[in-house]
Amino acid sequence: MLALIFGVVIYPAIELVRASTGEYSITGLRRGSAGTENYTDVLQHPALGTVLLNTLIWVSAVVAITILLSLGLAQFLSKEFFGRRMVRWAVLVPWAASLVITARLFTLIYDYYHGILNVFLMKLHVIDEPIDWLGDDSWTMPSMIAVGVLVSVPFTAYVLLAGLNAIPDEVHEAARIDGAGPWQAYRRVTFPLLRPALLVSAVLNMIYVFNSFPIIWTLNDRNPGYTHDTTITFMYKLAFKSADRDVGMSAAAGVFNVLLILVAVVLYLRLVKWREEDPT
Amino acid sequence: MSLTWRRLRPVVLPLVGLLVAIVFLAPYFVMLLDSLRPGSEALASPPTFLPQNWQLDAYGEILGDSRFRNWLKTSLLVSLASTVIVILVAIPAAYFTARFKFPGRTAFLFLVLVTQMFAPTSLVVGIYREFFELSMVNTYGALILTNAAFNLAFAVWIMHGFFAALPKELEEASELDGNGRVGTMLRIMLPLTLPGVVTATIFTFIAVWNEYVVALTLMQDDDKKPLTVGISSYVTGYDQNWDQLFAASIVAIVPVVILFAVIEKHLVGGLTAGSVK
Repeated sequence: MLALIFGVVIYPAIELVRASTGEYSITGLRRGSAGTENYTDVLQHPALGTVLLNTLIWVSAVVAITILLSLGLAQFLSKEFFGRRMVRWAVLVPWAASLVITARLFTLIYDYYHGILNVFLMKLHVIDEPIDWLGDDSWTMPSMIAVGVLVSVPFTAYVLLAGLNAIPDEVHEAARIDGAGPWQAYRRVTFPLLRPALLVSAVLNMIYVFNSFPIIWTLNDRNPGYTHDTTITFMYKLAFKSADRDVGMSAAAGVFNVLLILVAVVLYLRLVKWREEDPT
Repeated sequence: MSLTWRRLRPVVLPLVGLLVAIVFLAPYFVMLLDSLRPGSEALASPPTFLPQNWQLDAYGEILGDSRFRNWLKTSLLVSLASTVIVILVAIPAAYFTARFKFPGRTAFLFLVLVTQMFAPTSLVVGIYREFFELSMVNTYGALILTNAAFNLAFAVWIMHGFFAALPKELEEASELDGNGRVGTMLRIMLPLTLPGVVTATIFTFIAVWNEYVVALTLMQDDDKKPLTVGISSYVTGYDQNWDQLFAASIVAIVPVVILFAVIEKHLVGGLTAGSVK
């Protein structure tokens, strides 16, 4: 097991660091050492600011909206009602579909001329004229975020549902007997007990969403440059697609990626722990 | 709880449920409808909700397309092989770590987080270079090994919870009855932890089935691409066969949805035992 993880995770990680200090020709042949040049090149890349800001918006918006919606959805799906099985199955569908299929589907749904979304919203009189969801700069990111949320909610809701299931019924009964109203019981009893599940799903979501590639790659296909790229698609473009194709620079960007997500997760865990020690 | 709510509840909850189901299903319903109309109709402006000419042609076309059959074959082969490797390695690993507590749960969680953090996307450049040096670019083996490695930790994580929940006395009794370690594991432990094994198997299979970025990078030979990568060539700048793209997508997701629906009941149990207890 360790050999497998070593071969596919650790070794490429080392290789990545090695590549980040090398100088490469356009065909990917190593010409020699570049020292820290690749790193400074990435740091001085004109698109870096935009890319970092996009990443921050993408990750925080998708994770925050996903967690909020999933909290409600998990609570709802834990109740008994007619047709619950069907609803649970329906919620699983975006999880079962691959990200790239969902992304391809949304390129058509969002399309300015041929997309069904504009027709639908215009029939409902929500909008008066079609919106260019993926071409209009102010709509591109929100449109991608909506797809990101749709595909992240199923897994998150199921982890939270599992968390709710792990809470024994007696706890809720005790709260009711002590005279807690539904909202109070949720805030004081259910929510604190749900913390482990919430923590797990938040951290896994942060990592998945940060590393998420197909949605931005596919939906952002039309737009030139790096206007809507996150650090992940930026890195991939540097290695395989852009005009200034550069393996070494892409590897340096890859190292930054791993460090960034590490810092984000540690910061988040710190923040949560700090709240835990808070006497209130 | 008020009296009115008690009366409204059996009506309101299913209605909210219906609304939730519609929101989650609507995009995929659009996909189904678009697979049942000519590709040119998907490009009508303004588009119509329902197909004007219902047809099943796209399904016949993709099934008759040898490229599609190759992609399907790759997807099946890679998913099955990776899943078998993951399960064969993960069962003993999960059992071992659940019984002999030397690294502990925390180290475990950490291992999962690390392999997830170094998700394929951040490592894909390194992985490509590694397999390039081993001359394994465009081989099924490279894709199978990569997918197996990235799904291993999560599978161990889920199964660990199930093994840890079994009382030790059960094993001791079995060994007294003359079963060896392997016999105990196969005859006593495995049947009891089957829901965990099933959950881990399906999780792994689906994750590999839907994997995109590693396959996009490693499999440049058109015949060896999996479905996720291959189907994109139905809609390019020159070809606009949206009906074929979506028919292929339906073929790719319907089996997965059915798999998910079948294990849905175990899913919550699997996640509870593995991750959130």
